[in-house]
Amino acid sequence: MTAAPVAMRDAFGEALLSLAPEFPEMVVLDADVSTSTRTAAYGKRHPDRFFNVGVAEANMVDIAAGMATCGLRPVVNTFALFLTLKAADQVRNIVCYNKLPVILAGNYAGLSDSYDGASHQSILDLAIMRAMPNLTVVVPADEVELCQALTVALRRDGPVYIRICRNPTPVLFADAPPLDIGKIRKLKNGNDLTIAVCGVPTSMAIEAADRLAQRGVAVDLLEVSTIKPIDAEALAVSARKTGKVLTVEEHTIHGGLGSAVAEVLSQRVPARMGMIGIEDKFTESGDYGALLRKYGISVERIESEAMRLLTPER
Amino acid sequence: MTQRITRKQCEPHTVLQEKDRKRKAAMLQRLAQGFRIKVLDILHEKGTGHWGGAASAAELLAALYFDVMNVRPDEPKWPERDRLVVSKGHASCMLYTVLAHRGYFPNAELKTFRQIDSRLQGHPCMLKTPGVEMSTGSLGHGTSVALGMALAARLLGKNYWTYVLLGDGDLNEGQTWEAIMAAAKFKPERLVALIDYNKVQLDGPSDQIMPMDPLPEKLRAFNWNVAPVVYDGHSAAAVLESFDWVKTQRQWPAAVIYKTHKGRGVSFMEDNAHWHGAPIDDATHAKARQELLKTLEELP
Repeated sequence: MTAAPVAMRDAFGEALLSLAPEFPEMVVLDADVSTSTRTAAYGKRHPDRFFNVGVAEANMVDIAAGMATCGLRPVVNTFALFLTLKAADQVRNIVCYNKLPVILAGNYAGLSDSYDGASHQSILDLAIMRAMPNLTVVVPADEVELCQALTVALRRDGPVYIRICRNPTPVLFADAPPLDIGKIRKLKNGNDLTIAVCGVPTSMAIEAADRLAQRGVAVDLLEVSTIKPIDAEALAVSARKTGKVLTVEEHTIHGGLGSAVAEVLSQRVPARMGMIGIEDKFTESGDYGALLRKYGISVERIESEAMRLLTPER
Repeated sequence: MTQRITRKQCEPHTVLQEKDRKRKAAMLQRLAQGFRIKVLDILHEKGTGHWGGAASAAELLAALYFDVMNVRPDEPKWPERDRLVVSKGHASCMLYTVLAHRGYFPNAELKTFRQIDSRLQGHPCMLKTPGVEMSTGSLGHGTSVALGMALAARLLGKNYWTYVLLGDGDLNEGQTWEAIMAAAKFKPERLVALIDYNKVQLDGPSDQIMPMDPLPEKLRAFNWNVAPVVYDGHSAAAVLESFDWVKTQRQWPAAVIYKTHKGRGVSFMEDNAHWHGAPIDDATHAKARQELLKTLEELP
């Protein structure tokens, strides 16, 4: 089912170019990483609508906010870590407080800036962005969902955070119905265990679910592309059916998808839960795949955690 | 009983119609002093809010809304309007007082300042208060936001002016200097920084907390077009003169520095960091009000 892997950042750069005629009010801002985020091509084609502000993330977000008050549709780009930490005050007090239609594109997210090490690896962006009122938080699982998220975000009233992976990842949804912001995508139907996954680990969860099926375990597999507002109803329906929920994310388990799911289920349908993600620690440099495996995000780990959850508690 | 401000001393709408420059300056001077008294009364009554930075900006805000800016209070979102971003958001009570008297919302609403369910938040909120262009309070945002607005004017082919009102605290923030650098790169037309340079911040004199001098030289070194003189920010005539300079400029971005006094108008509050945001008790209010009123009565 998967085509050759495509890097989300490449797809995003191309999407900005192809959407430019349809959205004349779109402007693109970058903080001296446009060759990395792939917004440079847009800047070359539309120099009057491209603003490279240098390494000044806070300034970039507020400039975009000012533009948005006047009817422009800014897309701000930098590494997710710097966008969500260095410009957190700007995202909260200016963009979100005022419900301004600014698209916050957090690139090189998760562990995907793998060789640059812990200083660049964005494993807490979802925790921060999820705490921002008025903000929609989208974690696409492939380049198809990413481009769809961008198109939808350009038409929305309020701000949207979109999480982007640096590296080539499997294309999963080329022939699927388009991403629906706020709605879970059901990938498999099963009664034994719910797996809720977002982003890059989605392809791993699909493979793990296939392996589990061979062991006689039917997984209800939910792809949660919108972390906020989360599709509480679909989560509750699935948890009511299976009673066991495993979450999988490329993010710390403190404040990301797992926490979001737990917040919903603990209040509506308390279920036995497991959370796969990065523990409360700093990560390190290395190959992307090796890092994901070392920090517990792999097909094998999903499979073993699923089996653990299925074992009756003593 | 506090003495009421007479209509003759402070009649907002006659100011708007006045064509004679000298008379206009005199009227703005009285108007600003009247606003100070109103702000003092509100802060005293509510027991919360910031006197120092509000009093510091009275003449500037009065001149902007009653002379300089092209705005439509009955149509606050008119796309062609001039924009003011009040980056020193703690001057909110003065901003609200000026906006109310300009006709953005009823004066009676001023008594809801900082109270539950009010449109007049402790610091300005653009979604709640008509006429507020940007929510501020956390310092350092204003210059970036104003730069964005001015760049939007260029892209959208509009001719509005974008002003940002900055205080000492704003100038401490690194983001302000990021924006100053970026504005000098992009050079949007009609972007003007107005610096309410009272040189006192929350904790004390700026020269002790974080010295900003030599400020004009700093801004010039960052490639801004800085007004050749520092204007007296408490003389309405001088403030009007400063905008004569602004309106004849061709080189952007431009900055004007105003020498001001925190807590202006009350001898024992002026230049005193304590009155940045301390609650005003009954005795202090009575004494301060008497001083402000005396000055108002003595104005030409």
